Amino acid sequence: MKVLWLQSAGCGGCTQSMLCSAPRSLFDELSDAGIEFLWHPALSLESGEEALAVLEGCAEGRLAFDVLCVEGAMLRGPNGSGKFHLMAGNGRPLTEWVERLSRQAKWVFAIGSCTAYGGLSASTPGNPLEACGLQYDTDTPGGLLGAGFRSSGGLPVVNIAGCPTHPGWIVDTLEKLALEGLSAADLDEVGRPLLYADQLVHHGCARNEYYEFKASAEKHSDLGCLMENLGCKGTQAHADCNLRPWNGSGSCLRGGFACIACTEPGFESPGHAFQQTPKLAGIPIGLPTDMPKAWFVALAALSKSATPKRVRDNAVVDHTVIRPAVKKAGK
Amino acid sequence: MKRIQLGPFNRVEGDLEVSLDVEAGQVVSAQVNSPLFRGFEQILIGRAPEDALAIVPRICGICSVAQSAAAAAALADIAGVTPPPNGLLAQRLIQSTENLADHLTHFYLFFMPDFARSAYAGRHWHGDVAARFMAVKGKAAEPVLQARAHFFNLIGVLAGRWPHTLALQAGGTTKAMTPAERIRVLALLREFRAFLETVLIGDTLESFASLNTEQALLAWAEGRNADFPMFLRAAGDLALEKAGRATDCFLSYGAYGLFESGLWQPNAAVDTLKSAEITEDPRHAWLAESSPLPPAVGETILDAEKSGAYTWCKAPRYAGQVVETGALARQVVAGNHLLRDLVGRHGGSVTARVVARMIELASVLPAMEQWVRDIVPGEAFCYPATLPESGEGVGLVEAARGSLGHWLSIKRGRIDRYQIIAPTTWNFSPRDREGQPGPLEQALVGLPAGDGALPIVQHVVRSFDPCMVCTVH
Repeated sequence: MKVLWLQSAGCGGCTQSMLCSAPRSLFDELSDAGIEFLWHPALSLESGEEALAVLEGCAEGRLAFDVLCVEGAMLRGPNGSGKFHLMAGNGRPLTEWVERLSRQAKWVFAIGSCTAYGGLSASTPGNPLEACGLQYDTDTPGGLLGAGFRSSGGLPVVNIAGCPTHPGWIVDTLEKLALEGLSAADLDEVGRPLLYADQLVHHGCARNEYYEFKASAEKHSDLGCLMENLGCKGTQAHADCNLRPWNGSGSCLRGGFACIACTEPGFESPGHAFQQTPKLAGIPIGLPTDMPKAWFVALAALSKSATPKRVRDNAVVDHTVIRPAVKKAGK
Repeated sequence: MKRIQLGPFNRVEGDLEVSLDVEAGQVVSAQVNSPLFRGFEQILIGRAPEDALAIVPRICGICSVAQSAAAAAALADIAGVTPPPNGLLAQRLIQSTENLADHLTHFYLFFMPDFARSAYAGRHWHGDVAARFMAVKGKAAEPVLQARAHFFNLIGVLAGRWPHTLALQAGGTTKAMTPAERIRVLALLREFRAFLETVLIGDTLESFASLNTEQALLAWAEGRNADFPMFLRAAGDLALEKAGRATDCFLSYGAYGLFESGLWQPNAAVDTLKSAEITEDPRHAWLAESSPLPPAVGETILDAEKSGAYTWCKAPRYAGQVVETGALARQVVAGNHLLRDLVGRHGGSVTARVVARMIELASVLPAMEQWVRDIVPGEAFCYPATLPESGEGVGLVEAARGSLGHWLSIKRGRIDRYQIIAPTTWNFSPRDREGQPGPLEQALVGLPAGDGALPIVQHVVRSFDPCMVCTVH
């Protein structure tokens, strides 16, 4: 399966993240699954005219490829001209290249939240860049290619959202496609592969005991749950970050900071400071996605009153001050 | 005279176009164009000041932590807070992990594949180099991606993930290292040291880092079986120690408490860094015209139809001078003997820039081992930082590819102005209003170009390890 990769208005971080693929090194992992990069801007030898020849061949249908991966938002401005990103050495807008190549690709993957929904690149006040995702403007279908777009393989754009994406989300989606095929049933309501978007970041969170007892962190580096005060959206964000660790053993929560829901459309403009939980009458506004509010409030009050001293004290310091008790054998 | 447009200039971070005017097979003039605009300085305006810590890492997927560190430093400057010793050590460890990993990524994935080009077939070193460094398919790819991924596990432990962590804060870091994690991090550093010593350098880090002259370096490399000595053989054959000289005026903001800040020029003592000497000139950028302004009062206003403009990058200048930044600048300013010797003999060059990255890999990793041992589990990693309603701050740090500055002002509790000068903004700057070309524009003049020319231009451009996505923030 041949993959053609383009970068536009993004940070390149999804490629950098993908290169951290583990446990096998990325190229071996992909080549054993029969996946190769026809051209990738950060990795391939071909530069300048050689690279343009590959791209032109693909756009004209002379050079076969399977998956078009795009990394970065689409800049349609100024005034629809696409001039905010012209292909180097060629002078044509990247948006035009992406439209031409999308017509030839069997499948189109949006790599990262910028490409899927516009992301941070689309959050300049007033959006003078006219930035958008491949098939979405935030959560509204449309974007560069239009709501009705289907690649010749019969799918809408596959949105591997995340800022950045986890290497496993890209690699596993490519391998699922290469080895077993991908269908509309494998994607969620906003085009994300269910192989990682059928979970919440909350699932497997190492701070779960603090969450259960609503023993909350009050300041940076505290061990407690980050939901009540520090802006964590792990109970609302779709991704398997705490089941599929990052960089060996990490996740945002394990790193001591809030999940900012970077896989969700519109995460970049939450309407409040990222690291503060917005509250109404002392109760966080953003409650777990599918939990009735009254129940949440009642349970929170109950669990707070039942919090063990160990959990309450450890929550507000940066290292364990009270260890879990050791029970005597047979008790 | 013939004009050649080179682009897309790949294996750099982001999109780059280089225009060369060529006469009799040589470059007589060069223009560097960053063809993408991103708008981060506007995105930040009106946000809560701490939001910068979530937003600025996303300027760049390869200097992500460096961007965080600059924002954290600027916020710390405003809040008047200094992180506790553990917090400073953890910040340094996270930042140096990214910087060293970037040096590795640059050497293996971005820079060396050009030496595998068929243009060099028949050179005595070409067969070995092509087998090892051919893009994607070379034999080095597997071990280097493995070493890189494992090294980044250190950020997994200390900062949750890479890129785009929120662990760096004005008052320190959000993750206190546990005693168990300290053991694990030391193991990761040993693993990376083993890779550097056996695969990349072919010697202990300490003995390589102690080389002090070009002559000693070449004698050391003779017959040595490792990837960096292999580069030195190719570079010697192509005389890359004489290719790619820019202004020989080097800027560094200083790094990790190991490398001093300052400005170095030939035949002068290192000058103390005076950040008030920094200005940005928008003359040749598609941005509204103004006189060169210090970044603390700088503006970024679009003017996509401006005549005479050829890039989205402003032209930063230090006291009006064109300066180069990066690992070579950092080491020359800091007084490294080997790099001072190389620059003294030939000026800045492709070879000197690559050697400087290797010297940093060899000299920073032992420091990292010491920083881990210096961390005291149980003591604080983060102090609270209270920001005033209004204030101004500056964060000056070193990314892998050079000096990175954030200038931030807040008013009524919101970001009022945010100006960023990234390393590649310096190195790939366009001409200023005096007509002075930027460092790369100068470094390309005189190189062979056009039909049948060796791809020396490719090496010179990539020797700066450009990051275009930062440049056009």
